[in-house]
Amino acid sequence: MKSFAKTSLKSFLGVPLARPRVAFFELSSCEGCQLQLLNNEATLLEFLALLEIVRFREGMKEASDDYEIAFVEGSVTRKDEEERLRNIRAQAKIVVALGSCACFGGVNQLKNRFHDLEWVKQEVYGSWPVDTQEAKPLSAFIAVDLEIYGCPIKKEEVERIVTDLVLGQQVRHPQYPVCMECKAQENICLFDLGEPCLGPVTRAGCDAWCPSNRLGCWGCRGPAPEANLTQLYAIMRDRGISQERILDRLECFGGFAGFVADLKKEKGEEGKE
Amino acid sequence: MLFKVFPKEELSRLYTLLAPDRIIGPLTKGRDQHGHPLYDFAVSRNFAELRLDYGQTLHSLKNFFLPYREDLCSFSFPKDGSGNWHKEVDYGAFVPLVFFGLHPCDINALNKLDKVLLEGRYPNPFYGAKRAKAFIIGHSCTPQPFCFCRSMGTDTVLRGFDLFLTPLDEVYFAEIASSRAFHLLEQLSCREPNDHEHRRYRQQITTRESLFEAQVETSDLTKILDLEFQAPVWQEWGRKCLSCGTCAQVCPTCYCYGVEEKVDMDFTRAHKEKMLYSCNLLDFASVSGGHNFRPQSHTRLKYRYYHKHRGFVEAFEESLCVGCGRCGQSCLAQITVPEVIASVRASGGNE
Repeated sequence: MKSFAKTSLKSFLGVPLARPRVAFFELSSCEGCQLQLLNNEATLLEFLALLEIVRFREGMKEASDDYEIAFVEGSVTRKDEEERLRNIRAQAKIVVALGSCACFGGVNQLKNRFHDLEWVKQEVYGSWPVDTQEAKPLSAFIAVDLEIYGCPIKKEEVERIVTDLVLGQQVRHPQYPVCMECKAQENICLFDLGEPCLGPVTRAGCDAWCPSNRLGCWGCRGPAPEANLTQLYAIMRDRGISQERILDRLECFGGFAGFVADLKKEKGEEGKE
Repeated sequence: MLFKVFPKEELSRLYTLLAPDRIIGPLTKGRDQHGHPLYDFAVSRNFAELRLDYGQTLHSLKNFFLPYREDLCSFSFPKDGSGNWHKEVDYGAFVPLVFFGLHPCDINALNKLDKVLLEGRYPNPFYGAKRAKAFIIGHSCTPQPFCFCRSMGTDTVLRGFDLFLTPLDEVYFAEIASSRAFHLLEQLSCREPNDHEHRRYRQQITTRESLFEAQVETSDLTKILDLEFQAPVWQEWGRKCLSCGTCAQVCPTCYCYGVEEKVDMDFTRAHKEKMLYSCNLLDFASVSGGHNFRPQSHTRLKYRYYHKHRGFVEAFEESLCVGCGRCGQSCLAQITVPEVIASVRASGGNE
């Protein structure tokens, strides 16, 4: 783990801890992930005490370019964002992709479904001059050190990750899918209710947020490291869930793009026969 | 064993007598897409909501003894920087629990957990503290199509309960296995069973035995599993497996876990947290340095079967599986114990 300047008054077991200088940035996004962090009144002061925040548009007027960790929310959908992102990379010791848009393109990448992006632009913006291109995750342009998944991110998880960063501990993401957390809450399986759910293939860490509220998982956190998508696809088809409905779900946040591309290719070839 | 009978309407009185403790029983959790009721064990507030005729619950009751997540210890650090940290351990046994209406499979599951977690060289005080506070009332069941407890020898239960009830016409036939149960029944209008009731009870046993459909052939199974360790059929099951850990989460006897250390954001407290884990999960056999002993799905799935049906049998002369069928019922890929074992037994047999 990269070390930070020791400017902190905090210590743990007698070891002084650094208070890293942190900046938040937003590319194409709703800034909802950043708002999540402010939405946490109970622990906000403790969170702020861990970090020296030098730039955070949602919460302060001042803005400095002297930072060690950059949290970048949003996907890249414009040429100037590419440039901005490269500058952030050059400055930051650690670049964190914050939320599904930054990690996989998020809901923004839904427009990539259309082959003719000029037509999309025309439909949405009319004749208004807008610079827009295919929506892509940060990792398409720069090296990303850490990804924080979710739409929106789960603030408790961000707090744990930031605490680990400050302590210099390895940041660990769950290696198991959402089903583990869903079963631990003893929910009724959404499949028993006839609903599709991506819980069996989506990376956990959200505490089965949606399934616990009887909404099947949409895969906002992307695939678990072991995701048997072929099998889950077959299971859903067996249960009478249409291919269109499955694709809508798999394509929503961009985490399953590879599998979707293969599937479309395969189905397209089948269709030609 | 002492036997008594009491009128069925007296059961609610028994419930009331036990109500000062926390009563856990089978309740209706909801309905599936076809309108069939779904059951689970949960804290019960009144006698009328108990569903003693439940087929099987979605989840086992193990989380009352082995919570999915539990702090093994917590540490507090004084802010003065003196380094005089303090450790706290809480076994998490708050109130006596009454389990009202457990089937033989689930009581047998607790008996098996006892062998590992209480009777081993290192008894688990977190489990033991909760187990010691439990009062268990068993209730006979109607075998479901997926139940294979009879193959595992867990369709009946001889110990591990305080009271076991079998409904016979207008009475409950009660097996009494603890002094607390005996004294409780003294407060009901209880009597000795007569010859007719003895016959009815035995008839009931015969009728129930005839209802089992699913089965697992267990003879020589440990040897066959050893011989078929490399059988290609494991890879077929591995291709189906979602590696989601659901089977272990709903299993009444899966007790494997991982431990994580967590530090609070203000650095004044830290916790060592235990989380029930599953050998089907990708990183179950990952070790320091990054090596994973079982990176492939089929090797992990196989491991679960070898622990249940081979390793445990060699150590305790009984299987760790109680045949409750929950894993197969909750597996989206429809991987069931009877089918997996049958496929492995069939391996190599056609040469």
